[in-house]
Amino acid sequence: MTQSALKLINVHKSFGPAKIIQGVDLDIAKGEKHAIIGPNGAGKSTLFNLVSGLYSLSDGEVQLNGKTISGKRPFEINRMGLSRSFQVSNIFSNMSVRENVRCGVLWSLGYGYSFWRNVGNLKEVQEKTGHILNEVGLLEKANLPAALLPYADQRTLEIAITIAGGAEVIMLDEPTAGMSHSETDRAVALIEKASKGKTLLIVEHDMGVVFGLADRISVLVYGEIIATGKPEEIRGDPKVREAYLGEEADEIEGASA
Amino acid sequence: MTEVSINPAALGPTASAKFRERVLPFILFGMVLVAIPFFGPSRTTMTLLNHIGINIVFALSYNMLLGRAGLLSFGHAVYLGLGGYFCVHILNWIDAADGGFWGNLPVFSMPIFGFAMGAAAGAVIGWPSCKRAGTAFAMISLGVAELMSAGAFMFDSLFGGEMGISGDRMAGPDFLGLSLGPLADVYWFIAFWTFFGVVAMFAFTRTPLGKLSEATRDNPERVQFIGYNPTRVRYLVFIFAGAFAGMAGGMSSVQDEIFTPENLSLIPSGAILIAAYVGGIRYFSGPIMGAIVMTYMGSNLSDYTAGWLLYLGLMFICVVMFVPDGIAGLVFGFWRGVRSPNRSEVFGKWAWQVSGVVLMIVSIIIIVEVAFRWSDGYGEVFEPFGLALSHTSILTWILAFVPLAAGVVLMRHAAAKYEEA
Repeated sequence: MTQSALKLINVHKSFGPAKIIQGVDLDIAKGEKHAIIGPNGAGKSTLFNLVSGLYSLSDGEVQLNGKTISGKRPFEINRMGLSRSFQVSNIFSNMSVRENVRCGVLWSLGYGYSFWRNVGNLKEVQEKTGHILNEVGLLEKANLPAALLPYADQRTLEIAITIAGGAEVIMLDEPTAGMSHSETDRAVALIEKASKGKTLLIVEHDMGVVFGLADRISVLVYGEIIATGKPEEIRGDPKVREAYLGEEADEIEGASA
Repeated sequence: MTEVSINPAALGPTASAKFRERVLPFILFGMVLVAIPFFGPSRTTMTLLNHIGINIVFALSYNMLLGRAGLLSFGHAVYLGLGGYFCVHILNWIDAADGGFWGNLPVFSMPIFGFAMGAAAGAVIGWPSCKRAGTAFAMISLGVAELMSAGAFMFDSLFGGEMGISGDRMAGPDFLGLSLGPLADVYWFIAFWTFFGVVAMFAFTRTPLGKLSEATRDNPERVQFIGYNPTRVRYLVFIFAGAFAGMAGGMSSVQDEIFTPENLSLIPSGAILIAAYVGGIRYFSGPIMGAIVMTYMGSNLSDYTAGWLLYLGLMFICVVMFVPDGIAGLVFGFWRGVRSPNRSEVFGKWAWQVSGVVLMIVSIIIIVEVAFRWSDGYGEVFEPFGLALSHTSILTWILAFVPLAAGVVLMRHAAAKYEEA
């Protein structure tokens, strides 16, 4: 197996007496597209918040490219090459679409907190911003205030900000939640394009998206991973079927990649 | 939006738009500053103009926090005050010096020292206070303001007690042929630094840090996930806001030649909050307009009525409730209305609204003026346009409430009639 991009070792998280994550081990190789599925309340978003540094671990360790990142602050983890999106649109709503993406670009190009440069004159920044807007298809809406974008476009912008910094590990938290079928198709195409050559960790409810996109899938139930494997292994796994009762089980059955 | 292929590199505004929006206003502003003395303003006007210049810089520096970074401060006068005090001390050192560094220092450079002192104060006070945003930040700023003004009364040698400390702006060598003795000289001094401050603070909004400050205001959580520490962003912005406030203090030390502990207190801090907000914190030019209007009203309204503070308060409340974008919002809204295709409809709506507002103002003025004369008990009668409006007269009560009611009806009518527009 190649070197792992992201490695979770015995990760625990409790909020008071509530044990939300109970010993998660996960090893994601470089360039792998890994999906996490699980019923509501399984702790998927909590896991994301633990890896990206928003929450601190109760126990265990998270490694990015072999370096420990647990205990570091979110912006430090981001600088080390891990970028994430959010389940609800988490954008800079009073700024234009272009400014949103530009903010995401600045750190990676080394402009830091500088106050002696005019952003408008930073050619590199403008080009990279334009490139990303073009890639996600928001070029025509570049000068609109982000708050005025339709929902699906806000989700796209969310992804655009996430990939703007050029991180090698990208984590997407339910990128297609609330989208129509055609919007979902477009979002999937965008995710495939944006994550090419990168490591992707994705939480998603839409089984069609999951089975179409992922190299490997982990199933999280009550804070524990009950199965990890290739899509076809997961589909046939009786434990997974047991965890997913009713409709969603059929959905897993029915999802043909 | 019909264009399909857009060159990614040419996304920003065109060169002409940039000139129109980012250069032309400053050229016009500079021309106005240069033109003013040729109209031969009186000494009173000149003093007022100088105070307006100081408040423009002060209000803009305040808006670096409130409008751009989303930090509500109740103690911004602390930085103006500390910068100003430092400069008054320097004025005295210059006066006492016999050659040497201080002896050769032109008073013209005071705002630079104010800037440095403001930045230093911001760096020290900002360190603990910028750890938190929101309510905690506001409360800490309030505490700091109280602490500083109380402390200023205790350390007499630094702050001069109740009398404050005064200096002499005519000390030291001339600079650019300005002795800074006559008010006209001081005007040029203030105009120069006002212009410099406005341009510098606008430039700041265009820097990566300035942009990140807006991003942190909108969404501090997300800022963490694009590689920035929101606390650090706030702290750096806070230092700059303090520095420009200190610069305004340096300007003030030359104009007024005195600083008292009052200058550090909550009163000027509150006044600049009101000026920036009334002007419009969402626009860069808002605080400039607010500073002009509020400074003018502060110095002239008291000539007309003893209730002027009450009017300022009412105005502030109305702006917060009904015109959250302030004067700048009205000005730019007017401009958009003039250029909009359905101009006649927009004008129609405004006509209703303006008449409504005017009627309400008439009533409010009558209520206020009659009320405090009545409460004074000297039997003085409010007599606008030869009408004797005593509180015992029926006419007073009619004039106090009928236009108010009519105004409310007009406003509601306008809102209902143009709802779809």
